[in-house]
Amino acid sequence: MNDVARNMDDATFRQQNPMAEFLRMERMPHIWCPGCGIGSVVTSFAEAVKESGLDMDKIAVVSGIGCTGRVAGYVKFDSLHTTHGRAIPVATGLKLANPELKVVVFSGDGDLTSIGGNHFIHAARRNMDLVVICVNNFTYGMTGGQMTPTTPTTANASTTPYGNYEYPFSLPFLADAAGATYVARWTSLNARNITESIGEALNRKGFSFIEVITPCTTLYQRRNRLGDGLDAMQYYHDDADIEHGADTRTVDITFQGKLKTGKFVDRQKPTYLDAVNTHYANVIGDDYELYGKTPMEKKAEEDAKKHGIDDLPEPELTCDSEDDA
Amino acid sequence: MSQLPHKVTADPKGVESGPHFMDGDHALAEGALAAGCRFFAGYPITPSTETAERFAERCPSVGGLFIQMEDEIASIAALIGGAWGGQKVMTVTSGPGFSLMMENIGLAVMTETPMVIANVQRGGPSTGLPTLTAQQDMMQARWGSHGDYRAISLVPDSPQECFDLAIEAFNLSETYRVPVFIMTDETVGHMHEKVVIPPADQIEVVERNWYKGPKGEYRPYQFTGKDVAPMVKAGDGHRFHVTGLTHDERGYPALTPEQNVKVVSHLINKIDSNVDKISRVEEDGIEGADVVVVSYGITSRIAIRAVQEARKSGLKVGVLRLITVWPLCENKIRELAGKIKGFVVPEINYGQIVLEIERCAAGKCKVISVNSCGGAVHDPEEILTAIKEAAK
Ligand SMILES: Cc1ncc(C[n+]2csc(CCOP(=O)(O)OP(=O)(O)O)c2C)c(N)n1
Ligand code: SF4
Ligand SMILES: [Mg+2]
Repeated sequence: MNDVARNMDDATFRQQNPMAEFLRMERMPHIWCPGCGIGSVVTSFAEAVKESGLDMDKIAVVSGIGCTGRVAGYVKFDSLHTTHGRAIPVATGLKLANPELKVVVFSGDGDLTSIGGNHFIHAARRNMDLVVICVNNFTYGMTGGQMTPTTPTTANASTTPYGNYEYPFSLPFLADAAGATYVARWTSLNARNITESIGEALNRKGFSFIEVITPCTTLYQRRNRLGDGLDAMQYYHDDADIEHGADTRTVDITFQGKLKTGKFVDRQKPTYLDAVNTHYANVIGDDYELYGKTPMEKKAEEDAKKHGIDDLPEPELTCDSEDDA
Repeated sequence: MSQLPHKVTADPKGVESGPHFMDGDHALAEGALAAGCRFFAGYPITPSTETAERFAERCPSVGGLFIQMEDEIASIAALIGGAWGGQKVMTVTSGPGFSLMMENIGLAVMTETPMVIANVQRGGPSTGLPTLTAQQDMMQARWGSHGDYRAISLVPDSPQECFDLAIEAFNLSETYRVPVFIMTDETVGHMHEKVVIPPADQIEVVERNWYKGPKGEYRPYQFTGKDVAPMVKAGDGHRFHVTGLTHDERGYPALTPEQNVKVVSHLINKIDSNVDKISRVEEDGIEGADVVVVSYGITSRIAIRAVQEARKSGLKVGVLRLITVWPLCENKIRELAGKIKGFVVPEINYGQIVLEIERCAAGKCKVISVNSCGGAVHDPEEILTAIKEAAK
């Protein structure tokens, strides 16, 4: 193909691609391998954003480092590609500096739960208002297929060439125990469910965690002689069962074993910023100016002033900690 | 597109005007608030914690936010997010925490993110002397993160200067989109002195240079090696992208040696070509001096005693106090080296900045290090002995 033809093709491709609104088309083609599951999670995310009707200017995406970390560079939102493991604290700063943002973290299993594990549990503990999507491919893709904290016991990785003898994290259990208020797990075969879960997460407040089991075709699949992307889909099809509200203590993953998926946790609790505002409003009283008012809160306050009411609107709080999932 | 920093006067809300009696750590927090900082993320560590505590106490009444993060890595990461969320941001730490921050200091440098990091230095290495003074992280402030880069380091010698330099640090970080370090120490941090906070309308503050162009055309970078591109904040509809990878003007990864030349030389030259604007020193009795004592921070206050003694005995001694240590005023050192008999460089470390003085002096005069392993300020006698030696 000569350059002109190629450029023409690119232009048409960009124009006609249904994802053009959500992707930085000038950065295509992406770096992901054929059959890799990351792209399908991005598609579900774009779909969820579209369905949510949220203002795309008010959504920001933060990633760490890894194949999944590259998501931030492809999506057409305010986006930060940060350092390995540190997407969550960067996202925390972004959210707190500008609370009107919806901040979404895209992270790999290694990024999020190995080097970034501490940030993960603390953001969950604080119920920081973030949507955290973990592309769990059971391996360090970017660096060539090493073991991660989610690699199932006995699976082969380049740093466990005789099979993994460590115990993996069960991420929904970890997130639940740490305080996450929304926890779901899907396989990348469940595109529709992923979209729905991301949509729910975008439309709620609090720390929402969505784990997506995806194939790393080039490394994990091949090294474990599990075939290609299609074989992974077959596995998900045959062995993943939906069990909404499952006790997260029961959702462990074993090598090529049964997979429990679904929405496990959906509960309400004040977010970090709600807690900041409620607490200060209680202890400081009228002098306290709510931090990070939403446009609606600001308007309510102005209206109140106009009408001579000096009560500030209470920050929206629901303390119902019941698990309704 | 060259631009001048947009100067305004401080928001009175954050300014506690009037005379105070406070320590250096508290003064840092007051300076940050006066400079317009409203976001502070930190992790407790002696001897810097008082700054975080002061900020935590003050921020609910000034519309600011303090968050105690899970560690120092998270703290500096939150600053990067906070800055791109539109805030002026700060953290404070000491040696062990400063070490933990190094990787993301590199990310801040690479993404040209303004922020202020104060390091209230204590004795090291490792946990070292948590409650005792040192100036042992001076080279770490220069070289601590991997790769080639420049940042700015200011060193206050008093609580008053902690206040003043905190404002200056924010102003420089906005002007050059670079992390600025305030390399203070335990002695200055915990020393109580009079601090006069001026009225807000007498405090000059550099505002962030906000991009005002149309949507869709924003470029987060310009590799001029002189000045920096304006900034936007997330949520304003410009859909910016920043990365720690080598990148082009759009902030998109561009992983070639050619692009790295552009990026790295810009990061270095935007500071090096502005040394005269950035660098601040205080001079006393340099004209006609035979010996010049080069010092910074608390050590310069000790050195004054030695200089006074030396002058009494008839020696011609000048003082060059570095307020900006990085970038170093290399030209001044070179020029002096040709005129004097020797430099005396006291530091509460095993000899760090003295290496730079030696390099610039290039054998033209003596350079005598008065070093220490940390934990205490010098005995002025040691400095006096070195001055006499240099004057020979
Ligand atoms: C501090 C640091 N340590 C190590 C690395 C090397 N590194 C880059 S990506 C990566 C692993 C990524 O794995 P994961 O988060 O699972 O993402 P994936 O590539 O599988 O999507 C590692 C170890 C790094 N970039 N930074
Ligand atoms: S190495 Fe694995 S995770 Fe990375 S792009 Fe390829 S298939 Fe995906
Ligand atoms: Mg992975």
